[in-house]
Amino acid sequence: MNDRDAREIKRLQWQCRRGMLELDLLLNHFLQHGYAELDSDARQAFERLLGMQDQILQDWLIGQAIPADAELTALIARIRAAIRTAP
Amino acid sequence: MAAARSLPHRHFDALIIGAGGAGLNAALRLAAADLRVAVVSKVFPTRSHTVAAQGGVNAALANALPDNWHWHMFDTVKGSDYLGDQDAIETMCREAIPTVYELEHAGVPFSRLDNGRIYQRAFGGQSQNFGGEQAARTCAAADRTGHAILHTLYQQNLRAKTHFFDEHFAVDLIRDDEGVTLGALVLDIESGEPLIIESKTTLLATGGHGQVYRTSTNAFINTGDGMAMALRVGGPLQDMEFYQFHPTGVAGKGMLITEAARGEGGYLINSEGESFMERYAPNALDLASRDVVSRSIVTEIREGRGCGPNKDYVLLKVDHLGADVVHQRLPGITDICRVFLGIDPAKAPMPVFPTAHYAMGGIPTDRHARVVAPARHGPEEVVPGLYAAGECACVSVHGANRLGGNSLLDILVFGRAAGTDILSYVTENPHHRSMRDAHLEPAIARLARWERQGEGERVADVKAELRRLMEDHCGVFRDQATMAEGVEKLKALRERIEGVRLRDHSQTFNTARIEALELDNLVDVGMATLMSALHRDESRGAHSRVDYPQRDDERWMKHSLYLREDDRMDYKPVRTKPLTVDSFPPKPRVY
Repeated sequence: MNDRDAREIKRLQWQCRRGMLELDLLLNHFLQHGYAELDSDARQAFERLLGMQDQILQDWLIGQAIPADAELTALIARIRAAIRTAP
Repeated sequence: MAAARSLPHRHFDALIIGAGGAGLNAALRLAAADLRVAVVSKVFPTRSHTVAAQGGVNAALANALPDNWHWHMFDTVKGSDYLGDQDAIETMCREAIPTVYELEHAGVPFSRLDNGRIYQRAFGGQSQNFGGEQAARTCAAADRTGHAILHTLYQQNLRAKTHFFDEHFAVDLIRDDEGVTLGALVLDIESGEPLIIESKTTLLATGGHGQVYRTSTNAFINTGDGMAMALRVGGPLQDMEFYQFHPTGVAGKGMLITEAARGEGGYLINSEGESFMERYAPNALDLASRDVVSRSIVTEIREGRGCGPNKDYVLLKVDHLGADVVHQRLPGITDICRVFLGIDPAKAPMPVFPTAHYAMGGIPTDRHARVVAPARHGPEEVVPGLYAAGECACVSVHGANRLGGNSLLDILVFGRAAGTDILSYVTENPHHRSMRDAHLEPAIARLARWERQGEGERVADVKAELRRLMEDHCGVFRDQATMAEGVEKLKALRERIEGVRLRDHSQTFNTARIEALELDNLVDVGMATLMSALHRDESRGAHSRVDYPQRDDERWMKHSLYLREDDRMDYKPVRTKPLTVDSFPPKPRVY
């Protein structure tokens, strides 16, 4: 990871601090164990996702709703997979 | 670190630290009256923990069933195990009704009955006619009441021109030589730059401290920041031994597995496959009261019958109920298990452990949300210019145990009360008091301490150890030996904080620095919790001791006060006299 990436991850880490424990766990875990592998489009999608309201994020990540945006849907699948497979 | 003189200063009538329901309701009242209001929030305001409150807010509107604020008051006093202050409880239950209507008018989309009135659901502990039939008192906006309230209050505050300092971390309060609060030192998380906010009044509304426990339902932000700030300026914390646990959280993670799982026929087993609740509660079994189930789980683990490689959890089985029942009646649990555990609860048992949920204790205040502390003229002298509301405060309406639906009510009523009192305080004290460099020094020294370079222990390691220590020594299993050992371990851990060093000393978004400052706060509130619990040798409400299983009204109808200096304990009487009605005297708390 280069310095720019490291700075970016620190900035995003604070955006992953949310009002709900479930979101804290899923988003922080993905930031540490999945974000580095995303291409630039997917990284932009992750930023977009972090801009959503907590309750909407919760519905999407826990599986009670699906976003209309296909990029976000794909990203959510990766975040959900990461929490179960990464260390 | 910049010298005190060179730091930028901003001036406001009111400084509010924390942007959950309590902070935003106070801010709205003040900004609407054209005061200059600053709200400091370490995360974006709508990411405050109020957003996670699903249940609803209690108010005796009598929309679904007959109801009366006085019945609500009786239930709250009884629920508090008679430790709640009855003047504050009367205030809360009376004010609940206009508070809900005010929220409705502000735009909170409450669910509706067919006749158009606000929908009200029944929760445990609610009765009609002083302990009679079930009442229905909880107003809800579907299952996202906290979210609806928080977003409505935030939007209204933007309209009223409240000034938000988003992603700013409050380091410490600033006081003058006479003990009057002058504002706070805050840190801009993005730039790493400190800022002095001078204010005529300051409200602490920073929420709870569930992160002090390893297994908690609380978000990462709940680190007791306001409570620890109050301690560091010499104030007490009240009734910190009273902490609410749910028996079944996802082991190692904390999310709640609702009681509905056991209500539908689920049961707990240990590593030997035994349904162990048969031994602890032969009649109620897995539906025994929360504290009994919690303590039984921990006893099984302590005696070596835990499950998993570290034998540190038990299993909750619902797989015998069939996939239809599990998936249709317990959809939330099904989703949580699939996402976090990769299991289908209809096919595999869930690893569970008691999870820390809600603090009844906090910064002592009166019913106007003014912070009070023991001083020359008695145990409840008002600290000038300083207020507290919400979970970080102890007013005390929850006493030893909180009823469902009363936490959102507490933050709204006493957030509003703080706003009302601040309005009159600012009218009587219209000028900023003078702030000198010497007043800033303690806060700046705290910040500077984390700039020290070199090798040392890591924040994350010490935090993990603290959370484990609190769970093991001041969780649901409490006796003299366990807690006394915990106090000694925590004193040793507290000394080690001096040797902890940051690896990263950069300025921009240095989250490691924020986590270090949060660790300071967690250690302080952890000690307040452990010391208060060790000294209260009775069982009352959520504080349940195996060596003192009975409530002892003769010795313990009093509030605990912990002071940071010398880890000292003090006590003050419960306010048993309401404002306009007769007292509810202590009785056995049976449901």
